[in-house]
Order: sequence, then C-alpha cells, then structure tokens
Amino acid sequence: MGIALQTFGLNKNFGGIQATADVSIAIERGARHALIGPNGAGKTTLINLLTGVLTPTTGRIELEGEDITRLPVHQRARRGLVRTFQINQLFAELTPLQTVAIAVAERMGRGFGLWRPLERDPKVMEESAALLRQFHLGDVMQEKTAALPYGKRRLLEITIALAARPRVLLLDEPVAGVPDSDRHEILDTVARLPDDVTVLLIEHDMDLVFSFARRISVLVNGALFVEGDTADVARDPRVRAVYLGEDVTHD
Amino acid sequence: MSGPQPAFPLARVSRRAEWIILAVALVSVLLLPRYYPVMNQMAIIALFAVSLDLILGYAGIVSLGHAAFFGLGVYTAALFAKHVHGDPFLGLVIAAIAAALLGLATAVLILRGTDLTRLMVTLGVALILLELANKLDWLTGGADGLQGVVMAPVLGLFTFDMAGRTAYLYSLTILLLMLFLARRLVASPFGMSLQAIRDNRLRAEAIGIPVNARLAAIYTISAGVAGIAGGLLAQTTSFASLDALDFQRSADILLVLVIGGTGYLFGGVIGAVIFTAMHHWLSAVTPQYWQFWIGLMLVVIVLAGRERLVRAILSPFTWLLGLARGRSGPAK
Amino acid sequence: MLTILFDGVAYGMLLFVLACGLAITLGLMNFVNLAHGAFAMAGGYVTVLAMSKLGLPFLACLPLAFLVAALLGMILEPTLYRRLYGKSHFDQVLFSIGLAFMAVATVDFFMGSTQQNIRLPEWLRGRSEIGGVGMGHYRLLIIGVCAALAIGLQLILSKTRFGSRLRAAVDDTRVASGLGINVNRVFLFTFAFGSGIAGLGGALGAEVFGLDPTFPLKFMIYFLIVVSVGGTTTITGPLLASLLLGIADVAGKYYFPKMGAFVIYSVMIVILLWRPQGLFSRGSGK
Repeated sequence: MGIALQTFGLNKNFGGIQATADVSIAIERGARHALIGPNGAGKTTLINLLTGVLTPTTGRIELEGEDITRLPVHQRARRGLVRTFQINQLFAELTPLQTVAIAVAERMGRGFGLWRPLERDPKVMEESAALLRQFHLGDVMQEKTAALPYGKRRLLEITIALAARPRVLLLDEPVAGVPDSDRHEILDTVARLPDDVTVLLIEHDMDLVFSFARRISVLVNGALFVEGDTADVARDPRVRAVYLGEDVTHD
Repeated sequence: MSGPQPAFPLARVSRRAEWIILAVALVSVLLLPRYYPVMNQMAIIALFAVSLDLILGYAGIVSLGHAAFFGLGVYTAALFAKHVHGDPFLGLVIAAIAAALLGLATAVLILRGTDLTRLMVTLGVALILLELANKLDWLTGGADGLQGVVMAPVLGLFTFDMAGRTAYLYSLTILLLMLFLARRLVASPFGMSLQAIRDNRLRAEAIGIPVNARLAAIYTISAGVAGIAGGLLAQTTSFASLDALDFQRSADILLVLVIGGTGYLFGGVIGAVIFTAMHHWLSAVTPQYWQFWIGLMLVVIVLAGRERLVRAILSPFTWLLGLARGRSGPAK
Repeated sequence: MLTILFDGVAYGMLLFVLACGLAITLGLMNFVNLAHGAFAMAGGYVTVLAMSKLGLPFLACLPLAFLVAALLGMILEPTLYRRLYGKSHFDQVLFSIGLAFMAVATVDFFMGSTQQNIRLPEWLRGRSEIGGVGMGHYRLLIIGVCAALAIGLQLILSKTRFGSRLRAAVDDTRVASGLGINVNRVFLFTFAFGSGIAGLGGALGAEVFGLDPTFPLKFMIYFLIVVSVGGTTTITGPLLASLLLGIADVAGKYYFPKMGAFVIYSVMIVILLWRPQGLFSRGSGK
C-alpha cells in the first residue's frame, strides 16, 4: 500500500524535559492505526508535531514521501493532513453551514475570493449541506454554533475535518464527552471513511481502540514502547503491565 | 466575545439596509441643508468606522492607532491636491494607496505576538506618524496645519460650494460605494475566513486557512479604506492638521464603533451619526470637557455591556430593518 | 558617555516604577489597564499640592503620593475594575481608556492644563563627580529608591505568604477560594499596591518627565513598551526593558536630537520583529 505518514527519529525538548523521544513511526496508506498511552505519555505533543503546531527539536516528518517538517499548519492541512481536536475548536459566532462551507471553499482553493458571497457559491454550499446532513446536522445547520448542544458540536468538530477531504486524518479522542446515544453516529462515519483515507486515532477508550484499529502504537514517556497488530498488542504482557492494567478483560 | 447568546440580531442585516441608508441620506440632502457640514463629518466618520470594523469586528484585531491610516490619507490627499493634481477621485485613490501601503508594511508587526503587543504597535505606529508630521513642518505645515487645499470640481462638473452641498454628496456617495464593497467583501469566502480566524485561529489554521496572509490582507484593505476617509476629510474641508493623527482620533473611532456595534458594518454608520450629533451638541454646551464625556461614555457602555446597549440604541430602528429583512440568509 | 548611561539608567528606573504596577495587574490579573498612568498622575499632583499648599518637604510627599494613589486604587478596584476581570481585553481597553480620559479632563478642570513644577530641595539639586562621571543627586535618589523597590517586589512575590496566595489566586481562582484564600481581597491589595507604586513613580517622575493633565496618555506608549518587551511573568523582565528603554531614549535624544522619539520606536519595532513574544518572556505567552 505504501506509507502515508512517517516520522524519523522525532525529538522534542521543552527546557530540560524530553516530551518526545526518538519516535520513528510509519503509518500505511489506508491504515486504521491507533496511538495509545497513559496520561503524560506525550500523545498531545506528538500530534502537535505532526500537525505543525510545534516544530521538532530534531527529526523529520514525511507526508506521502514529502518532507513537511518545517511546513506551517495550514500548508499541511492543504496537503491533506487534517486533524480533529480533543476539545472542540469551533467558530462560535458562525453557523455549521458557514463553518463547513469555509472549509470546503478553502479546500477548493477559493478562500481568497473577494467578490462572490460564499453562500451564493452553489458548488460549495451544496457539498457543505450534503455533508452536514450526512452527519445529522442538517436540521441545525442554520443555527449559531455556540447555541448547539454538545453532541451536535462534537459532530461538527469531525465534520469540519472531513470537509477538508483529508488523506491522513488525525482523530484526537473523537468521542470524548459524547453521550452514548450520539456516539455510534460518529463511530459509524469514521468506520465508513473511504479505504484510501489513512486514520490515526488517539484514544483513551480501549473498547473503541480495539474495535476500530488494526494496528496500535503504544507511547510511554515520550517514546515508542510497543507497536504491532491490535491482537498482539492487546495480549502483550508489557503493555498490560504499563498501561492497560488489570481491569482490561478484552480478548 | 463568546457565550451562549443567540447571534447578534443585526449581524445578518439585509443588503437592503443600504437602500434605507440611501433613502435617509437623500431625505437629509433635501431637508437639512443647514447641516451639510455636520452630515459631511458624519459620512466621513462613518467610513472611518467601517474601516475599523473590518479589522476589529471581522478579524478581531484591536487597534489603538487606526488614526495612522486616516491621518496619512488626510495628508496624502491634501498634499496631492496642492502640489500635483486637484481631481478629487484621483486624490482619493492616491490616499488609499498610500494608507494601504503603510498598512501592508505594518501588518507584519500586528501578525505576531499577543493582544498587548498589538496595542503597543498600533499605538506606536500612529505616534511615529504624528511625530513625523510634526517634524516635517516644511511639508505638512507642522502644528499650524496645511492650508490652501483647492479641489477641482468633482467629475469636472460639481464645484465644492460654500454651503457644503457638493462636499456632503461627494462624501456620501463614496461612503455608500465603500459600504457596498465592504458588504461584498465580508460575505465572500475571504471575509468568511476572517470571521473563522476571529472565532478560532487554531481551527482556522487546521482547515488550511493561511491565517497570516489573510490578516495582512484585511489589515491592508482596512488601512486603505481609512485612508479614503481621511482623504475625504482633507478634500471637503480644504485643510489638514495634526489632530487627524492624534490618539484622540483613534479612541473616538473606537467609541463610534462601540456605540453602533461591531461586526456588521452598519454599526459604524449608526455610531457615527449618534457620535457626531452628540459631539455637536455637547461641544456647544461644554466645549472644554468633551474628553470627559467620551471617557464617561466608554466606561458606562462597557459596564452596561456593549451588546445590550447597542440593542437598546437600535431598537427604534429594528422595525425598519425588520421590514428590510428577507432576502438575506444562505440558500435553504 | 558614562553620564548619559547614568541618566539613562535613572530614567529607566523611573519608567520601571511607573510601569511595574501595570506589569503586576497585567501579569497576575490579566487585566489591561490603560488608565494606569492616571494613578501615577494622581501621585504627581498630590506631591505638587502637598508641597505648595501644605508646605510638606519633598521626601515626605513620596509616601503620601503612594498612599493616595493606593487609596484611589482601593476605591476603584471593587467599585469598577472588578467587574471587568472576566471580560475581553477589548472591553478592558475601552473601559480603561475611558477612565484615563475622565482623569485627564478632571485634572484639567481642577488644576488647569499648565505644566506643574516641583521644587526640589537644595540638597537634591546638586551634582557630584564620582569617578569622572557627573551624577545628579536627584538621579541617585531615584536609582536608590527604584532598586530597593525592585528587590522588595521580587522578595514579596517569591518569598512571602501574600506572594504565594497571589500566585494561587491567579492560577485558579476557584481552587484558591476553596483553599480559604480570599481572592477578592488578594486582588484588591495587589491592585492598590500596584496603583500606589505608580503614584510613587508619578511623584518621583514629575520633575523629570514634567507633569500636566495629559500625562496618562503621553506615557501610555512607554508603559506598553515596558510590559510587552519585558513580559509580565517576572519582575526582572520589565526592569530590564525599562532600563533598555530609558538608556535608548536618553542616548537617542542626546546623539540624535532631531530624531526625537524615533529612536525608541525603532528599537521597539526591531525587538518585536526579532522576538514577538517580548525580549524576556519564556515560552509562548499568550
């Protein structure tokens, strides 16, 4: 299949603390890969390095073979490396329709259009509305985002990322705080993503990880601890000892 | 600026609001010839406020020195008319270009850093310009101001008359034109992306919006519009003076925008009408302590809550705008 | 040359006293108080009035200036400022500009717009040669007072119980009140103290900077430079920034008298291009 996203000896130091230690990870195209690790393992730092919020102290990041280590966040997004946020990052004053339309227009390279109103661009608006309906946001897409209930805002969080048509999608705890009733909507959509979209899932919920991921990387103290197929990692005694604890009774 | 309140009711005012303003303005032309000079001021201040709204209301950039661009427009237009050519439109274009160039050059400074550094930089740029205008007195007339700006007739047809009728109509036309353009701008993908940046810069970047380029662009555009407003002032009053660059000017325009409300462009117009009328009236009552009343208004408005106050001020107008609503809103 | 350096240091020290109250309210309470200069002005006018009307000696006026400005802060914090803590920076800016304008107009109304002079006592007006460097006695006094203040502040914030309470209150207001810390009172005293220092700075600086009703607006840019270049996480940041600004300003005015204030603005712009988060701040303060 080929490699979609790869890091080579990634290091990040904050003062004297090494938040990321020599992480080399390769994620295949179309992978359903999960990144797990206890709190403080450096998952957030790694995501920030991958998306360009932080620059690594040393090391290199490649997206589809292209070196993106020094690219700013928006350039990576334009190349198809898109993320969702653990804590919703939405445009509070805008409507879901406007929000998604902005992302779609940006992806189509129309973001610097100065004349035609965005809402009168049928191609952008139709795609946005369709995407929102698909995510059960059709009935609230004209309301102010800040006024939506949490479950809906969480859905919007994922929808925005998909509007950018990612090649590699980083899902940062996508169902965090989502009530069970709304959960499967998110999970279904994630599961139904096209096969050529690569997904890296960062998650605490082990049930979700084991049901979704085919491959798992375990991060401990900023370094890659174990990596392997889901079944192997689940059985690995070291992982159980360090991370999963006794309460995990997954086969 | 967040919170679970419903969207600001006037944030999506119909494009027909322009026609209402036009109608009100035309009525004013016919019925209030005595007040041409005051209404001319209103139009100019309105345009200046609209330019500030573009960065403050739409992109979330707080500026303590927007007078820099206004003042540069004033001096550019005055000097251009005096030394190069008296055509008003040409003068405005030159003023806009000069101010936009300054905006572009200083945009670098406001893109980086925090709210605090932005306050400092915007204030600092305006102070540098004021200092320059003061020091270059052979060119600008220094503290005495620049006199003897003589304008050619607008379009070669309408001479600037003593009553100020041409001046008012000219400023009003430019204001309406710029309002129309600004309305297009903020609804465009570019304008929408600015609002995205204002609401959440982190997310805006994450969906591929080049945040710095967009902010630099709107800062430049806003500076250009402020320059046009300044140009209008120089052209219609035949005079340029240092107070165009003063901090007071920057603070006044913040107040204007706050009175009318930010983030929907017409706030600047409504604020300008109220502010200028108040200035006119209060100056007549207590000419010396205008500054005190400005300060008091700012304090009271903030303590009362800006949005609430704006709603209260606007409530008499809402039926008008309510009439005009309808065609706005995205396709269903 | 050394004399210029000396004057620059004294000038910078004064700026530090004037601005460090702002650094405290900004860094600890995240409040942008553009009316900070009004408290300094109050201290200056208190000194002028106490000397001319009450005949108090100059040195006795300094603590008085501190007390009056602190009292002013103590009145304004719970009545007005406290309502603004949760609001956006934009609201705080509007509000504090409004207060500054009101202060300017009020002082103008009662005291007139002319510049006030402070008559320094004889012994402070002299000048001594020390190691070939001409040092004004008054400048020496300023440096002494300011250095003591900087050290004192550093000690208070890092060593005392009040300092740790303040930091706790800043880090998490809710947790701090849960721990039995009276957050309101901590903020009240901090604000009053910051205002008091500004008042002291105003009293000390009236002779150097000149004192008229526009003082709060004229020096707003200096305060902003000090806190944005120096950062607000430490006391040393604003101190170093003040010294840099003072020396640059004095040297600039001496060597390039025609360029006036351009020197400091240029320095400020260069610093910001180089280190947009400020010269002495750590990390990505936002």
